[in-house]
Amino acid sequence: MKITKLFTNNRKLVLFSVIFYVVVDVLHLTGVLNDYWIQITNVALINIILAVSLNLINGFAGQFSIGHMGFAAVGAYTAGTLTTIIWKLGVANSITKYLLFAVALILAGVAAAIVGYLIGLPTLRLRGDYLAIVTLAFGEIIRVIINATGYVGGPRGLLGIPKLSNFTIIFFVTLLSVIIMRNIVFSTIGRALKSIREDEVASELVGVDITRYKVLAFTIGSFFAGIAGALLCHLLQIAHPTQFGFIGSINVLVMVYIGGAGSISGSIVAAVGLTFLSEFLRLGIDNLNKIAPFPVGPEWRMVVYAVLLVAVMLYRTAGIMGGREFGILVPEEEGKNATGSQA
Amino acid sequence: MLKVNDLEVSYGAIKALKGITFEVKSGEIVTLIGANGAGKSTTLRTISGLLKAKRGQIFYKGDEITNREPNEIVAMGIVQIPEGRRTFPDLTVRENLELGAWTIKSRKVINDKLEGVYELFPRLKERRGQLAGTLSGGEQQMLAVGRALMAEANLVLLDEPSMGLAPVLVDEIFEVIERINKEGRTILLVEQNAEMALQIANYAYVLEVGNIVFEGEAKTVAQDPKIKAAYLGA
Repeated sequence: MKITKLFTNNRKLVLFSVIFYVVVDVLHLTGVLNDYWIQITNVALINIILAVSLNLINGFAGQFSIGHMGFAAVGAYTAGTLTTIIWKLGVANSITKYLLFAVALILAGVAAAIVGYLIGLPTLRLRGDYLAIVTLAFGEIIRVIINATGYVGGPRGLLGIPKLSNFTIIFFVTLLSVIIMRNIVFSTIGRALKSIREDEVASELVGVDITRYKVLAFTIGSFFAGIAGALLCHLLQIAHPTQFGFIGSINVLVMVYIGGAGSISGSIVAAVGLTFLSEFLRLGIDNLNKIAPFPVGPEWRMVVYAVLLVAVMLYRTAGIMGGREFGILVPEEEGKNATGSQA
Repeated sequence: MLKVNDLEVSYGAIKALKGITFEVKSGEIVTLIGANGAGKSTTLRTISGLLKAKRGQIFYKGDEITNREPNEIVAMGIVQIPEGRRTFPDLTVRENLELGAWTIKSRKVINDKLEGVYELFPRLKERRGQLAGTLSGGEQQMLAVGRALMAEANLVLLDEPSMGLAPVLVDEIFEVIERINKEGRTILLVEQNAEMALQIANYAYVLEVGNIVFEGEAKTVAQDPKIKAAYLGA
């Protein structure tokens, strides 16, 4: 399947997405959804890019990487620095600012991809737990370097980033990212990645250049993480080292495994579900506090969250989707001769 | 077709192969027999490029292939059916087979080869949509053989194809090996089941702790009293 087939293979998916987009926009304009929930939706969409891109590395290629937010940081700081500098020059008008943002997003992806490639090349020789530890370390190294770089604000963070992200941009960038990654998964590249995950030796013996494909998965995953980071910092108007630390990376990892490793649908469900769950729990605890005879601390939110994660893992060990995909995410030409592996 | 010259391979300080020399002639079935730890699998893994030689050379059709990458070696036309089958358990039978044709770019050639494999193993056709991990041991061995046949390969390396199979299935696998040999592929067969291997092979080499200690026409080897006593249990 061709990776560049963005529309012809996805008429249903695109139609469904556009309807969703229009509905959310109308609800926003009519005031049913306030800015707060739109903001949460934006974060959920960015989390979709992060989770699907990490799933490409962990779930499809089977390379256990846990430093994903490091690459998001590279993207965020690359794009954030660029737009902030140009913004201060005052040359951007209402149209060119979006052109600027488009360029910044692509550069963010490219910068993260380059870092991903450079880290992936030596580390992907390692397997399993060893790879996990090294990717964790690299993620932290990126964060520490940013922390120590005064030019981008160091521990104070990069401030004054123009607000260029909005629901429309985030929505369509997410849709495009998911379609591209979905196409990769269903292409021969995807098949090579799955063969590496299943059995590296057998994969080598059928002639797959496993180093090349592992590094490719890592580079593509980093590219999209970089784009997600850039979207995020132009939404929050700040890039801060703590956003991109170890805890953030673990959150993305949790989304991948709760949704189901090796399922794009699962990553989408988990990214949206966990982002909103976290907010619902916050509201729930606030409301509980009003009626409870004793004070309920906000830390209970994380306890409930953790219990729910444990419950999902107990009852659905392969994640919510367990490696299956929604029909709408299966390429149309693939769907015709589908052979049981799709839901 | 394949020439191995003074091949030495070690795992750290342990020498697994201590300079072996042998040859596989085009169109033949050649077998390497020997006990556990003799270095049979090591030989095949080194030819496929999974292990690096410390010394010596491997030539395929006159070109040196020593220490080339596995994917290059497959593209040159040498395919290995590894020990323990090693199918891709969470992929369908069809996906497994198509991965076997990884080095082939033409969709038409792949489809033709797929039909050929389905003809050889009708059971695989019935189960093409099933995940490979759900197949029985015998079916998985068929799949492993089928996957190798999908490659554009003239030389097939087989590592212990009879391992863990019921006797009736062992017979079936050996029939398949003879059949793919008759269709024009050269076979290098590694087996612990020396009796079966010597029955179908043209030529045999006997490995003992990293050295070739005996070689000859398979029939002659099968009649040799020392070989009989050590490997054929007679």
